[in-house]
Amino acid sequence: MSAKPLYIHNCVSVPLADVPACDRGSFCALMQEELDSRARVAAYFGCPFGSHVRLIAAIAHSRDGTIALFSCKADAEMPSLASSYPQLQLFEREIAEQYGISFAGHPWFKPVRFCAPFASGPDLFDRRIGDANFFAVDGEEVHEVAVGPVHAGVIEPGHFRFQCHGENVFHLEISLGYQHRGVEQLVTGAPRHAVRPIIETAAGDTTAAHTTAYCQVMESLASCEVPPRAHALRAMAIELERCANHIGDIGALAGDVGFLPTASYCGRIRGDALNATALLCGSRFGRGMACESGTAFDCDPGRLTDLARTVSTIKADFANAMDLLLNKSSVLARFENTGILSEADCRTLGVVGLAARASGIIADVRQDFAHGMYRFSHIPVVTHEQGDVFARAFVRYGEAMHSLDFVKELCAGLPEGGIRAACGPLAPNSLAVSLVEGWRGEVFHAAVTGDDGRLARYKIVDPSFHNWNGLAFALRNQQISDFPLCNKSFNLSYCGYDL
Amino acid sequence: MIKTLLARLHQGYRTNAYPKKTPALPDRFRGMPSLDAAACTAGCTCCVGACPTSAVSTENGVSLDLGACTFCAECAAACPTHALRFTRGFELSARNRNDLLTKGNSPVPCAPLEPRLRSLFGRSLKLRQVSAGGCGACEADINVLSTIVWDIGRFGIQVVASPRHADGLIVTGPVTENMRVALKKTYDALPSPKLVIACGACAISGGLYRTSIHQHGGVDSQVPVDLYIPGCPPHPLTILHGLLRLIGRA
Repeated sequence: MSAKPLYIHNCVSVPLADVPACDRGSFCALMQEELDSRARVAAYFGCPFGSHVRLIAAIAHSRDGTIALFSCKADAEMPSLASSYPQLQLFEREIAEQYGISFAGHPWFKPVRFCAPFASGPDLFDRRIGDANFFAVDGEEVHEVAVGPVHAGVIEPGHFRFQCHGENVFHLEISLGYQHRGVEQLVTGAPRHAVRPIIETAAGDTTAAHTTAYCQVMESLASCEVPPRAHALRAMAIELERCANHIGDIGALAGDVGFLPTASYCGRIRGDALNATALLCGSRFGRGMACESGTAFDCDPGRLTDLARTVSTIKADFANAMDLLLNKSSVLARFENTGILSEADCRTLGVVGLAARASGIIADVRQDFAHGMYRFSHIPVVTHEQGDVFARAFVRYGEAMHSLDFVKELCAGLPEGGIRAACGPLAPNSLAVSLVEGWRGEVFHAAVTGDDGRLARYKIVDPSFHNWNGLAFALRNQQISDFPLCNKSFNLSYCGYDL
Repeated sequence: MIKTLLARLHQGYRTNAYPKKTPALPDRFRGMPSLDAAACTAGCTCCVGACPTSAVSTENGVSLDLGACTFCAECAAACPTHALRFTRGFELSARNRNDLLTKGNSPVPCAPLEPRLRSLFGRSLKLRQVSAGGCGACEADINVLSTIVWDIGRFGIQVVASPRHADGLIVTGPVTENMRVALKKTYDALPSPKLVIACGACAISGGLYRTSIHQHGGVDSQVPVDLYIPGCPPHPLTILHGLLRLIGRA
């Protein structure tokens, strides 16, 4: 009899014993079967159990909103599936780096973050940050361009290695790890009151989404019923975060093609969206808003009126700035057909979020794995089929407008009641999974508890972890001078990837 | 053309008047802490236990390290006698690390640069930004200073693309091991005299990551620091105030 995965819904906690523990052969067979059914890997990670490591796979089925869970006791060497399923390649490398498990036949076996293994186990890599044994193209007139880790603007560090023929980019390899500060390890070691602040900084521009994902994990482990009002306030923070980032990025895209009016306006309007978040919780980045069992701040009617007014102004100003941008032929000439990422490549690489939607993939955690407020209030999913810089800008525009409408709706009809519930101890020996649609895409959090009900393993997958290779693919056969534009159209997180 | 002009009219003039006039901060903004030693119960350590970064101490009376504080206000929430609260004071920067240890009863001292350096940098300060770990939020609020709302260009302050063009570094993050060499190289590439500004709790003390083995507990563990700007992340107003204080313009 062949093994079957355990299918669960978003924000559900299950006893570890219920997660199928397969042998190596059926684990690989199951992985192939799942990924062949148009599902996507949400996470694939190692988890220490006594003296051995268990590999846990979480496969997201967008069509029916389920997450398939299955696991396997890891051998020192596992067969790699990365050649057939490139979306797994980074996950296998991460497991290798964190737990010293080798993957035989991995085509691209190198460090992910250039850090020492989690446990005292075998260390597979001889590390020096940035020394990534880059793929190189050889030939006459082929040259290599190296950029980073320190960049020209106010931006996080990362290294980009281009293989070029004249202006034309054959291949781009992105090597990160510079921001690695050990978030996952810190979370499992920290006292419970110190965990949320660390999670808030997993990616500083995605605080609301990451913190909500964390809270949902903890709440499902503690069987805590969050009040509807708190769900609504969390959703507000997440959508304001989406607006701020989308508006800011569109401004930056305008700046990258030298269209300064929209660049200036959007830079300012982004600030207004951040200030709207500060109106909620005092922090422009949503720090301190969501907390285990609810939210730390409520909204009185006066504040809701202020917020609704701010949101209306943001919408009018943003629409005005977009109208200029989208009607400028010189802008469209730079946006259209630049940095195309095909739908097929998106699926192969496991790309998520706005980048996937801009390539025609209809996938959005808010719709597919709806939880909290999103079960009651639906936000239209914006897609485009072109997969270029224009498509990514257009999807951002649509999403920001819908989010503003959503926040305004909530201001008019916030559910009544309290904002916090009681949250007890965590269930021991359990696994909980939570997905949230952050502004870049799917934010995945999972927690495994031990016998004592404490966190034994905490896993975070930022959407950037799935998407950096999408950027690398979008750059193929592009002019190297279009790199900043393509990069900004994705605007991926370095710290969310590096953790 | 007419559309562009109409849009310009719609969007309006948006640069704030700081330092002549301080823009309003939201009512829930958490800035300079205020500690009322008289209200503090002897032997109570509720605030110490609530702090995620061990910034609060009750030895020799309650004190708070602004260099480690994330302004989460959990200590204030935990305090049974409300001896601790966070005000909207945004002037938090200091030239000396020790000045960030506050008893919450006086402003943080922040002297300007010595006259010779002020004459060099007072009207033109070019900074190179190095992100040495952290979460990217400090970077976001440094970026904001270049938008039309804050327009740091009007003070002659600019973030430049090369260390060779820079008078100083503005560093964020706790200095991860993976950024240690890059930070040092960037610092060495700056012509002298040069300034270093540590922006945010991570850059000052390691912040939320101070116990991680993958980082070095702040910028001054690697290079000398001339200005510390507390916050997690610091509000743009706090950053701008610090910069203007440094060059003697606020």
